[in-house]
Amino acid sequence: MDCLHNTKAIIKRELKSYFESPIAYVFLVVFLMLTAFLTFMVGRYYENGQADLRAFFWWHPWVYLILVPAAAMRLWAEERRSGTIELLLTLPVTLSQAILGKFLAAWTFLAIALVLTFPVILTTYYLGSPDSGVILCGYIGSFFLAGTYLSVGMLTSAMTRNQVISFVVSVLACLFLLLAGWPPVTDFLVRAAQDSPALQWILQAVSSLSFMPHFENIQRGVVAVRDWVYFISIMAFMLFATHLVLENRKAS
Amino acid sequence: MLEIQELHKHFGPIQAVRGVSFQVEKGEVLGFLGPNGAGKSTTMRMITGFLPPTSGTARLNGHDITDDAVEAKRQIGYLPENAPAYGDMTVTNFLRFIAEVRGFSGKDRDLRVDAAIEKARLSSVRHQTIGTLSKGYRQRVCFSQAILHDPPVLIMDEPTDGLDPNQKHLVRNMIREMASRKAIVISTHILEEVEAVCSRAIIIANGRIVANGSPAELKARSNLHGAVELTVKQPEEAIYRELSGLPSAARVEQDGPQYTIYPRNPERLFTDVTQLVRQHDWHPTGLKHIEGRLEDVFRELTLGPDTSNRLN
Ligand SMILES: Nc1ncnc2c1ncn2[C@@H]1O[C@H](COP(=O)(O)OP(=O)(O)OP(=O)(O)O)[C@@H](O)[C@H]1O
Ligand SMILES: [Mg+2]
Repeated sequence: MDCLHNTKAIIKRELKSYFESPIAYVFLVVFLMLTAFLTFMVGRYYENGQADLRAFFWWHPWVYLILVPAAAMRLWAEERRSGTIELLLTLPVTLSQAILGKFLAAWTFLAIALVLTFPVILTTYYLGSPDSGVILCGYIGSFFLAGTYLSVGMLTSAMTRNQVISFVVSVLACLFLLLAGWPPVTDFLVRAAQDSPALQWILQAVSSLSFMPHFENIQRGVVAVRDWVYFISIMAFMLFATHLVLENRKAS
Repeated sequence: MLEIQELHKHFGPIQAVRGVSFQVEKGEVLGFLGPNGAGKSTTMRMITGFLPPTSGTARLNGHDITDDAVEAKRQIGYLPENAPAYGDMTVTNFLRFIAEVRGFSGKDRDLRVDAAIEKARLSSVRHQTIGTLSKGYRQRVCFSQAILHDPPVLIMDEPTDGLDPNQKHLVRNMIREMASRKAIVISTHILEEVEAVCSRAIIIANGRIVANGSPAELKARSNLHGAVELTVKQPEEAIYRELSGLPSAARVEQDGPQYTIYPRNPERLFTDVTQLVRQHDWHPTGLKHIEGRLEDVFRELTLGPDTSNRLN
């Protein structure tokens, strides 16, 4: 109803501004080429002898690590640098509507990027008969993973007027959330901390914050409520933190 | 229309605004004056809901900006300092966005946008990207954004900053033309603008109101108010003596053939000087009654000994 039109207007403006600048096209081309390259060349898609997209989705957390912060860094940093934040927040919108509008716009943009990877699926169907349910799960999982990265990038973007700083901080934060639960790292650490149950407990707590186990569950087609709860609560937390940061620092 | 009660704003140790209260009714144009850093922009940012006040509040058409922010913001058109606008959008797209957020859609939206473009004379650049516009045009884009929804309250932070003399004239005419239907607050450093468009002026210094009145009332506070300027063909010692002897004159300053007589009794002085001139054979070439200048009042009120609003 009434409060929707302004969120909708903000989503529309943000999406347009992605596509009116060259960044969007650079982003899309890099994303598609990178995923294709990693899947087919590095991931040895053809040699797997299996018609599935595991090699394709396996790379997503790493590709997003660079690309999603790049898509998010502008969101608030640019508003603050140019002073348009004063214009935006004195329009009849609440801060939450503005945050939600920007978030949904950027997420839609990432969804468009994801949809444009459809040639990979077509190839897979051409080569064999993959499990459609698993592919769908893969895409949904990847979409939520992108949203989670995005919410981190949005928070760092709200903390500074400098897009480069926002980018770097958000890559580091995402890298941490990624590695904290990445089996090669956790296995190594768990082995190192074998003797101390307390340390192991801490490791487990930290790694349970990580994207990775949840993403992998969804990839495998395991539909468990806790994985969804995880993604949604991280996003909600990051958006809430963005709200706090902007409320306190929007003018400085 | 616009009611401001005891607004305070602290930024850490800086007390930018300390207890500003005033009211603006429909039909009034309030000039908001003060030296750099006086707290004008900060006050406007609190009124428009951008900054939360440390204490105090503003009511717009009965809506409280702290409790009922969205409804209060609907009542306002705001032109922020430095006229920010999305540099990557064209003028038309930008105004469309503003119109949509303000709840206009379809044909209604396009009509509003066209009217705003018309009013701010932006037709020639309507499809240009805002980032490529000159400063004055950007100022006008932001101005048209503020009046697009025909708000009952209009708040403008230095609206004529960066405009050429023709555009300044245009904007002032527009403000005057809208004045009867709105409550308008403008901040400015151009004192002639205050006399040209404002029905009332508030001077603030160090976050406090130091004067509040019509431009004429403020000018009356100048020590030049009621002074008389007399220019003669041939200056003489006797002229100085005679003028100084007037009971309604406080003192006389001479600059070549020009005498400035400061008033002790501003009501009588002009008559007295005219009489003297008539009695003597001084060959006057000019005789002027001075109203006083806002600039002098401004300087007097804002160059106080305490020129810092930082806590010590
Ligand atoms: N975000 C902020 N953080 C800290 N201090 C601030 C902030 N904004 C304003 N100030 C301080 O508040 C005081 C008032 O600033 P303000 O911008 O309101 O002045 P102004 O009257 O608009 O001046 P000008 O005529 O230069 O525009 C200044 O001392 C300024 O340094
Ligand atoms: Mg200012």
